[in-house]
Amino acid sequence: MIGVIELAHFQVLAAALFAIGLYGVLARRSAVLILMSIELMLNAVNINLIGYAAFVEMAQPQRELGHVLVIFVITIAAAELALAVAIILRLYRNRSSVNVDEIDVLKW
Amino acid sequence: MFYVAGALTLGGALGVVISRNIVYAAFALFVSLLGVAGLFLLAVAEFLALVQVLIYGGAIVIVILFTLMLTRIQDFQHLSDNPQWPAAAVVAIAIFGLLVASVVFTEVRTTQSQRIGFESMSETLFRNWAVPFEVASLVLLVALIGAVVMVREDGDRRD
Repeated sequence: MIGVIELAHFQVLAAALFAIGLYGVLARRSAVLILMSIELMLNAVNINLIGYAAFVEMAQPQRELGHVLVIFVITIAAAELALAVAIILRLYRNRSSVNVDEIDVLKW
Repeated sequence: MFYVAGALTLGGALGVVISRNIVYAAFALFVSLLGVAGLFLLAVAEFLALVQVLIYGGAIVIVILFTLMLTRIQDFQHLSDNPQWPAAAVVAIAIFGLLVASVVFTEVRTTQSQRIGFESMSETLFRNWAVPFEVASLVLLVALIGAVVMVREDGDRRD
């Protein structure tokens, strides 16, 4: 059985994944890589939600709510990805670059 | 099993943020997302593992690869990082430490892993959360139409 797995495993793993994604968002230059790192952070949140839904002592409706919430997170992530890809393609067409430090039209 | 899935997840994630070649980074993202699906399986969430593989593995990685194809291809081999990357590493490690500390110092009453069946989950989704579900589908529709409008050549809109 899988009784040796505990909530703390999931929490620490999600924390590590979130930190790696945060590093990617802050440190990479390519907008596409920043997008991938945001996906990593969203996945870290999902791991945490699933871990809580499976291992924390609570009523059944709350457990189901955890799973439903993960479905919503995945949906919104897909919508966000579609829009972000559209913005990246538009930026590439206008500026012929997807490096975020070269896109400074909004800099005051 | 947990450690295998966790190693896949974290290794893939490190590949995403460290790799110099952006196509390798995309495939590392795929590996990481498959690892997350394995973690969902270990937390007895089979449906979500399936959704994870289909949506993330099937759709999102493909969309990202298409984005790479449509943007400049000669930059793929030598990615560079922001000059602020040491600060980014410090911030990431600090956040990790903060999260682990909050995990350690928070008391949560845990149980054995509880399984959520397909039936009960779908009943909750379509009975109690039907309106948010419809709103989410509307959000998805608006986002996709907005994406299409945004990338369209605007030759036909000039007066």
